[in-house]
Amino acid sequence: MKSLKNHISLIIALFTVLFSVQIYVAVDRTISAYENRLKNDYSIIVVSNKALAVTEFKAMDSIIERSEPIATDQVLNRLQGEMTKKNLDLLKLTLPKFYRVYLSRFPTPEEIQKLQKKLEKNPVIERVEGYAQTHDTVYKLMLLFKDVVQIFSIAIAAVTSLLILKEMRLWQFQHAERMSIMALFGAPVWLRSAVLFRLAIVDAIIATIVLCLAFFVIEQYGWMDLLLRTVGISIQLFDFLNDALRSLIIALGVSIILTLTIVIGSEEEE
Amino acid sequence: MDKVIIAENLSLSYKEFETIISKASFSIDAGTFVFITGASGSGKSTLLKSLYGAIEPRAGALMVGGVKMNRISTSKLNFLRRHIGIVFQDYKLIKEWTIEKNVMLPLIISGYTKDISGTQVQKLLGHVKLIHQAGKYPPELSGGEQQRVAMARALAHNPILILADEPTGNLDEYSSEVIWNLLEGANTQLKTTIVVVTHHIPSSIKVPYKHYHIEMGNIHEVS
Repeated sequence: MKSLKNHISLIIALFTVLFSVQIYVAVDRTISAYENRLKNDYSIIVVSNKALAVTEFKAMDSIIERSEPIATDQVLNRLQGEMTKKNLDLLKLTLPKFYRVYLSRFPTPEEIQKLQKKLEKNPVIERVEGYAQTHDTVYKLMLLFKDVVQIFSIAIAAVTSLLILKEMRLWQFQHAERMSIMALFGAPVWLRSAVLFRLAIVDAIIATIVLCLAFFVIEQYGWMDLLLRTVGISIQLFDFLNDALRSLIIALGVSIILTLTIVIGSEEEE
Repeated sequence: MDKVIIAENLSLSYKEFETIISKASFSIDAGTFVFITGASGSGKSTLLKSLYGAIEPRAGALMVGGVKMNRISTSKLNFLRRHIGIVFQDYKLIKEWTIEKNVMLPLIISGYTKDISGTQVQKLLGHVKLIHQAGKYPPELSGGEQQRVAMARALAHNPILILADEPTGNLDEYSSEVIWNLLEGANTQLKTTIVVVTHHIPSSIKVPYKHYHIEMGNIHEVS
């Protein structure tokens, strides 16, 4: 019963570390998906006095992916009744060209400003509208959210690592007698500590399995997916191959490193 | 004859300004049966501890099995301990392990295969008359039986030296006899060097032995 309690303590601590890492990964995926969505919706407006091809735009900055001319027909049609055809044709000729310019990725506010300045330097471009103010607010909110999740994950990982370290100290005390007897017969450190490593490895595997089960339940329940779909995002919260493998590596890494810390520490105490 | 233990002006202490053993010089030939006697607190166990590297010499030199014990490295100490068998008054058996696995410990550490270890353990448990208890755990055995297990463990890897600290201190007559017979057998048949720390030498001892006595931190040869 006591041993089970010790196992559960370590499994919960490891699970918490893995869960916080996975939440961070999921948030990162959500933000990337959202950035992608924003990127598709986001464009800057360029007004030029000469027709510009896509290649010309691309040559101005590599971030530019494509451009679409904005039709002026609608405006001109509205003026048809108020102007003569001659004046309208003249206006058509003198009217600047409007373009909607799409980018290859969601830019930072600094990138928008830089791009805006770069485009404005071109003599044929008369005006550039980047909607930097609106964009800036959305972008900063996203970054803030990402940073908060990151700090939260780091804090959880640090606190739980300390708990794991404490738990392993308890294990060490429990196995101290056995380890000292083995030492009397010349057992090397790795053999003496084998039991600690075995326990750590088993618990790391169990913690990973529990994490997989938890995300399986979350995905089955579907509320998270529904929540993301309402903001037009669809992501894989947990990849049962790659994420499970990464979680296992993290769990094994954390538990083995902390066991090593305990073993090396006790060696120095001897 | 090869010397298994050589001590020259050996001083032992736990604290800096305290001396338990002072400038002891002695040597023990391979295959000798040695008794070290002395009153309680005289430093017998401390001397024994220095022989298996649990405490380092404060001054002087100590060599055990050709290994210098002064500032000995962990790997060298482990190597030496793999060639020594130790018997303690409090048995020092691993409670969570069966009797069979406890006896197997030095063989596991030395990397013997399961087959060889198994055969050796069965033979030794037969010698200590505990073959029927092989699957039990130490707390299920009496003190005498536990010490016989410890004795079997000390002999398992055919050590060059057996160190015994009051091996029959808490035992009944039968268990004491088994222990002394085993120590005498190891000494006469396997030529193992035996160093026993005890309050008094049992009269039943049949093998020739060397006797050292510790008094006021000084060690001197009695016979």
